[in-house]
Amino acid sequence: MAEMIEVRDLSKTFETDDGKVEALQHITLSIQAGDIYGIIGMSGAGKSTLVRCLNFLERPTSGTVEIEGKDLGAMTEAQLRATRREISMIFQHFNLLMQKNVIDNICFPLVIGGMKKKDAKRRAQELLEIVELSDKALAYPSQLSGGQKQRVAIARALAANPKILLCDEATSALDPRTTQSILQLLKEINQKYGITIVIITHEMSVVREICSHVAIIGDGHLVEQGRVSDIFAHPKTAEAKELILKGSGTDRRTLENQQREMMKGKCCIRIVFSVNSSFEPVIANMVLKFGQPINILRADTKNVEGIARGEMILSLPDDLKIQTQMKAYLTERGLAVEEVNGYVDE
Amino acid sequence: MWTSDLTFMMLEGVRDTLLMTLLSTFFGYLLGLPWGIVLAVTDKTGIRPNAVVYKALDVLANILRSVPFLILLILVMPLTRAIVGKTTGSAATIVPLTIAAAPFIGRMIESSIKEVDHGVVEAAQSMGADTFTIIWKVLLVEARTSILVGVTIAIGTILGYSAMAGVVGGGGLGDIAMRYGYYRYETLIMIVSVVLLVVLVQIFQTLGMRLSVKLDKRK
Repeated sequence: MAEMIEVRDLSKTFETDDGKVEALQHITLSIQAGDIYGIIGMSGAGKSTLVRCLNFLERPTSGTVEIEGKDLGAMTEAQLRATRREISMIFQHFNLLMQKNVIDNICFPLVIGGMKKKDAKRRAQELLEIVELSDKALAYPSQLSGGQKQRVAIARALAANPKILLCDEATSALDPRTTQSILQLLKEINQKYGITIVIITHEMSVVREICSHVAIIGDGHLVEQGRVSDIFAHPKTAEAKELILKGSGTDRRTLENQQREMMKGKCCIRIVFSVNSSFEPVIANMVLKFGQPINILRADTKNVEGIARGEMILSLPDDLKIQTQMKAYLTERGLAVEEVNGYVDE
Repeated sequence: MWTSDLTFMMLEGVRDTLLMTLLSTFFGYLLGLPWGIVLAVTDKTGIRPNAVVYKALDVLANILRSVPFLILLILVMPLTRAIVGKTTGSAATIVPLTIAAAPFIGRMIESSIKEVDHGVVEAAQSMGADTFTIIWKVLLVEARTSILVGVTIAIGTILGYSAMAGVVGGGGLGDIAMRYGYYRYETLIMIVSVVLLVVLVQIFQTLGMRLSVKLDKRK
């Protein structure tokens, strides 16, 4: 697969009245053609700045960004504008022209690109069908719901046949159900048209739902990157673990807090089942073997890249020797085992 | 007593006032629109920041706006004579009116453009739009309602200024009010002039606001 986006040693420093702010430091990552690449981090981590560096809405202070091998920093203004037509972007607050109707909004990038108004309208109609909003062609953005506005924004972004679609917190202003349908639409677009998608989000559920790869940004640094399935099963850094544990969505936060209370002072582990390990009743067998009860604090299956993955948090007996043996037992059976005490106690 | 001559004079006054106001507004926007656009675009938060250009236009606008209109009227008389050939009458008043209106209009355009959501500008930039396209197809379109409200305010203000020009023989209703009402104590003519001015402002205000509401697609 070809490299679509190549970021090398990118740093961005903002000069503010209170001095220098280092928003991004030494970020290096590469995104392959056809990927759905998630960039996740807490708010203020610098991910929005990073996505703006990918089309040079923000110029990096140092480092390079290459799109299909072409260095954006070496381009003239005109070349950069031409390249931007191949990199579309959608936003958290949609950023539609409020004084133009839906069809004119979608025509806008085409007209900028020099297409005749009549041809642009025809193309816009096609796009409205893709996003299932044909009946809203003459409506104004203020008459649409949030999800509909984002669909119009997606149609507008697809109008000029881009190679890359950048999504800056595109679902953060939407309710969970609308988020689902927008993510589904993005997935379809990726599969049907082979458009490389970069998704900026603070929600692990979004990454889990549709991303193939993920980069975790913390405090301006790239802390971890790789396939979503790998990071989900073997998170290495504290940031990754925190995001995964938080990833169940906001509506479950209370439940999680209760769990944390229960986990205090106990030896707790998080295990992840892969497909084949789901056949053997591992936990039941373990309890029988050691003759010791264990407490299941959380059990869940999550859809990671289209494959169901089981996730469990267990509280083990207080006996240290048995704890070690139990962990070994689980590891032997091919499960990813990870202590979660350190995180819980923080 | 009220005579048909007086009626004719008042109608002429209305015509002159309208001509002065509308032509000055037109020329005012001819200068003020680009002035305001350049101010908004070259400001440090604009799409083409340029400190030198911004400061120059900013200072010039401040200087012109701080000269009282009556004094400006007298100050620019040589220029008025050079352009119109005389310094009294309605046509001559258009020159100082335009000079007074342009920076005022520029400021209103600047603030209307700055009200436009930065996100929409960013979206246009991400599509590869150049500066001219962003000004023409994003900023002016999105600021349309606010700009129209500005036009309404500008017409009202310029109409008021045009009446002030009556002091130095400027023509129109202000001139009539000055000559008859002030110098000859003809209170009735004074009152009629004032009422006509009020009615004119009302008409422009109502029309302007209706139009801007009609063209606003945000609600």
